Amino acid sequence: MDTSSRDDFVIAIRSAFLKKETKQRFSLVFLICLSLIFLGLTRIDFKPINYVKISIKEIVYRSSYVVSVPENYLKRTYQAIQSHFIIYNDYFEIKSEIEKLKSQKNVDQFVVNENERLKKIIDDYVADSDEIVAKIIIDKNSPFLRSLIVNKGSKNNVKLGMAVLDGNYLVGKVVEVNYLTSRILLLSDLNSKIPVIIEPGGSQSILSGTGRNDGIIQYMKENYIIEENSTIYTSGAGGLFKAGIPVGRIKIDELNKKNKKVDFFSDFSQLRFVKIKSFKKGND
Amino acid sequence: MVEISKITIANKVLRYAPILLLFISVLNEFDFNYLELKYFSFNFPFILIFYWSLKKSESLGYGLIFVSGLINDVVVGFPMGISSLAYLFICGSAAYFRNITLNPSLVKDWMFFLATILVVNSMIYSILVLFFSFSLNYNDLLVNLIFTFLLYVVCANLFEIYQRLVFGNQNV
Repeated sequence: MDTSSRDDFVIAIRSAFLKKETKQRFSLVFLICLSLIFLGLTRIDFKPINYVKISIKEIVYRSSYVVSVPENYLKRTYQAIQSHFIIYNDYFEIKSEIEKLKSQKNVDQFVVNENERLKKIIDDYVADSDEIVAKIIIDKNSPFLRSLIVNKGSKNNVKLGMAVLDGNYLVGKVVEVNYLTSRILLLSDLNSKIPVIIEPGGSQSILSGTGRNDGIIQYMKENYIIEENSTIYTSGAGGLFKAGIPVGRIKIDELNKKNKKVDFFSDFSQLRFVKIKSFKKGND
Repeated sequence: MVEISKITIANKVLRYAPILLLFISVLNEFDFNYLELKYFSFNFPFILIFYWSLKKSESLGYGLIFVSGLINDVVVGFPMGISSLAYLFICGSAAYFRNITLNPSLVKDWMFFLATILVVNSMIYSILVLFFSFSLNYNDLLVNLIFTFLLYVVCANLFEIYQRLVFGNQNV
């Protein structure tokens, strides 16, 4: 590269980044430095920046909810039309399943009572806290992060790590608490890892998200045989969730049999309200 | 009089439409994820910022781009500052390209856009993985990059039509 072309390059770069353009209040390099400062302060968990973050979050979450109204309307309409097509086929299947479940329920009630008695004896997590019902205000499933924003925060006693349920099914946990809002990390997120038990067989394992709509069983020795449609429950290890919350079913990948995928019971794209709960020991 | 003020307001809204669209897109993250197309996602703010910084830089204030980046981080859940950094880098890259280009053409813009988003996505990926221990799916990132690149042409043509309608033929 000769000197003049190098000079041209330097002039073009300087003009693009350092010079303040007409009608621009800030130069690019100043704002880039500001972004780097923000990133650095976030990295070292600087307290004042956390307060700024919480304030911005409160405003942004509410604004985002308002701005998303038209798209959410379209989304719900699309989903409603789609579900109308499959409802008829599902109806007869569900009807016969309800009959079976009704008869099974009577048998199960006895087992539930017995289980509760036994858990009290072994001092396991049985008692539920008051559950908080929260409305989902943002459900932007970005391809990189699977999370939801709900309209309950520290004002409503939401705490970090609380379990989030859709009916009786686990959907995630609280990872960020603001004053009026909280963020829930869904089980399908790549960063979500929870201890689970696979029934029948009682094998312990870790369920991780895939970043899509399913999960995957990790850290399990190959000699354990897991059948398709085995049910996944929380194992209660680590003390975050109580044992026995239903999570999903095993779905074995046809292409790679070693891959044990998990089909979650709850459809995360359809969530509108969730229950936020924490669990404590029975005698606490 | 009322007519004149109505025209002025409408004119202002049209002139500030790119920045409004940017804010709506970061607040709303419209990405058609609800269609559940398995391999489809794109980054609309990247396209918008690159195009308007290249063609009509005064339409998007750098300060507002910085704020929109912070909003995007909050909505998506990334560490604050990362999207601002990416957006501003795109602005800088577009300004540099504007300075060195004598005969602008869509194909040249498109190729330079590809180079820019490759660098920006690599930068985001490296920062998130190395400094914030995020787990990111590399394939998803690649798919996002490819669709962002492909959709640039579509969006650029739409923006150009819009630009001709609102701003006339000046400075295209």
